[in-house]
Amino acid sequence: MAAGAKKLPWWADGLLLPALNLLAAFFVSGLVILAMGENPLEVLSLLLEGAFGFEEGISYTFYYATNFIFTGLAVSLAFHAGHFNIGGEGQAMLGGLGLTFAVFMIGDVSPFLSVPLAIIGAAVFGGAWAYVPAYLQAKRGSHIVITTIMFNFIASAVLAYFLVGPLQRPGGQMPESADFPESSSLMGIHEMLAGLGINFEEGPMNISLLIALLCAVGVWFLLWRTRFGYELRVAGQNQSAARFGGISVSRMTIIAMMISGALAGMMGLNELLGDQHRLVGGFTQGYGFVGIAVAFMGRNHPIGIIIASILFGALYQGGSEVGFEISSITNDVIIMIQGLVILFAGAMPHLFKGLLARIAGKLPNRSSV
Amino acid sequence: MEFLTDITLLLDSTLRIATPLILAALAGLVAERAGVVDIGLEGKMLAAAFAAAAAAAVTGSPWAGLLAGVGASVLLALLHGYVAISQRGNQIVSGMAINIAVAGLAPTLANYWFRQGGQTPFLTDTQRFGAIKFPFANELADVPVIGHLYSEILSGHNFITYLTVLLVPLVGWMLYKTRFGLRLRAVGENPEAVDTAGISVVALRYQAMIIAGVLCGLAGTVLSTGLGAYFIRDMSAGKGFLALAAMIFGKWKPVPTLLACLLFGFVDALQGRLQGVELPLVGEIPVQITIMMPYVLTVIILAGFVGKIQAPRASGIPYEKDH
Repeated sequence: MAAGAKKLPWWADGLLLPALNLLAAFFVSGLVILAMGENPLEVLSLLLEGAFGFEEGISYTFYYATNFIFTGLAVSLAFHAGHFNIGGEGQAMLGGLGLTFAVFMIGDVSPFLSVPLAIIGAAVFGGAWAYVPAYLQAKRGSHIVITTIMFNFIASAVLAYFLVGPLQRPGGQMPESADFPESSSLMGIHEMLAGLGINFEEGPMNISLLIALLCAVGVWFLLWRTRFGYELRVAGQNQSAARFGGISVSRMTIIAMMISGALAGMMGLNELLGDQHRLVGGFTQGYGFVGIAVAFMGRNHPIGIIIASILFGALYQGGSEVGFEISSITNDVIIMIQGLVILFAGAMPHLFKGLLARIAGKLPNRSSV
Repeated sequence: MEFLTDITLLLDSTLRIATPLILAALAGLVAERAGVVDIGLEGKMLAAAFAAAAAAAVTGSPWAGLLAGVGASVLLALLHGYVAISQRGNQIVSGMAINIAVAGLAPTLANYWFRQGGQTPFLTDTQRFGAIKFPFANELADVPVIGHLYSEILSGHNFITYLTVLLVPLVGWMLYKTRFGLRLRAVGENPEAVDTAGISVVALRYQAMIIAGVLCGLAGTVLSTGLGAYFIRDMSAGKGFLALAAMIFGKWKPVPTLLACLLFGFVDALQGRLQGVELPLVGEIPVQITIMMPYVLTVIILAGFVGKIQAPRASGIPYEKDH
């Protein structure tokens, strides 16, 4: 890498560059908002107010962030193994399906039974949905980007099939299941805080946030503190070196993708067990794709992913609040900003590196080549 | 007789559905042959579909729509080229970023300009590329088989579909019979050699991106102004990815890619015809199952029939002079 010949200090590489990329993405988004005749600064202040200005808003911000931690970790884990899992969306849908089967199978017994089984159902179904593209990549060389995308389309048809067929609410017309048994609901964070004597406004943020944070710790431990994680990263960095070292690249591909799928599948815990309490068509809302933005924004590190998830959570929550005030700022604008963040932070991580190096005076002016 | 009508309708819609697939697959082919992986076909198509429908609605001319559609797609192709060629960034991430950004931007602009919930206004017949009737198509319609073929299947498509029929051999000729094509293929296989010969790798790859942009722009334009009559959100519906799969199935060669696109078009046409039809033995197939057919077929093809195949050697790898 030409620009990487000399290293910037870690804080410049890990914090300043992503921040500059984010600013660039926001700047371009601001231009679009300006072109639509709105004031970008007013939009920004409404957005911040909506995301962090009141307790219910904060609750929503972290509720969305929970989804993104799951899907961001999923994308990132596969990426460390050298694969691009664009199938988070479909894996999340199947995870939701698995979770639904689990809670209906248990019935209304006890949360200590239904919640763990729901987690297992979500992870197993999500992982299994990732298994097929992973296997095809490992054994047949089928391009995993294309197969995971195809599996997204197939998953949405599968979900639709169940929601207008076997799982549809009896007598219902909408593509949704009956309500989950009462005991499967996840506890809200406000309820937990109330138990501790802290008063926090009611909101959708629930203990899946803690489960997601645990997953982040788990992913960090797995990748950087275990032999398996080391082998996984070697397989992702350099396949021939991995083979030379006796690591089976196809085994790593399959295992990494299945863990990735399981993480994406667990997104349904937050959406379905935490808030909706039923399986709804299209509940994934593109959050699987947001995972890509989150993973790259967070530099594929669990801590970065948590920070990026909160940022995107704020963008989603704040964005919907802006939509109430300014009708032309819809969810689509948020999706566009997301794409720009992926473009600047994910695809061009070194855009400002040369500039920064020159300003820092650490590098002499490199005449190109 | 009813069977013949069914077949005719099926083949007719195969050609219609395959048109954007063929154009997008050719775009992907030209880019990858030059060493740039373009997963952003989907987004470029969507951008072109929106720009074309919007321009046609405002000016009343499909030709203005064509220009706008192609222009939007070329701009995005150059953006992708900038990331891939100049920034040496991750090409898959860049492609996905473009897909997602356009999926948000196009309905945003549509909503802002036309206030129809993210759609563009319905185009009238003069504002879009309508059916071109071949001479004597009506007179020959009753002649058995040949007349049927001529008037029902070959006649009555839009301008861009006919253009596509010409573009496949044209792209093939450019790739295999011209000096430019030779260089373009070389830059995707062995950029060092091209560089050593004193030819600019960067310039060649940008030129390839422009060609890919034009082709993909046509694909999007035909979606909203040829096959359809307006832009709606997500109207590309995965066609950019199907096109990539067809290109891989066609082993990065124009004619096999064309055949793969026709196969995908046929399956899609078939699934449309099968919806709600009672079949012997199996009965009515649930609509969700028929909808999956093209996607399942893609996976099966990639897994079963293609196997391990060789992409252009340097595709997806940024070129760095100072190795």
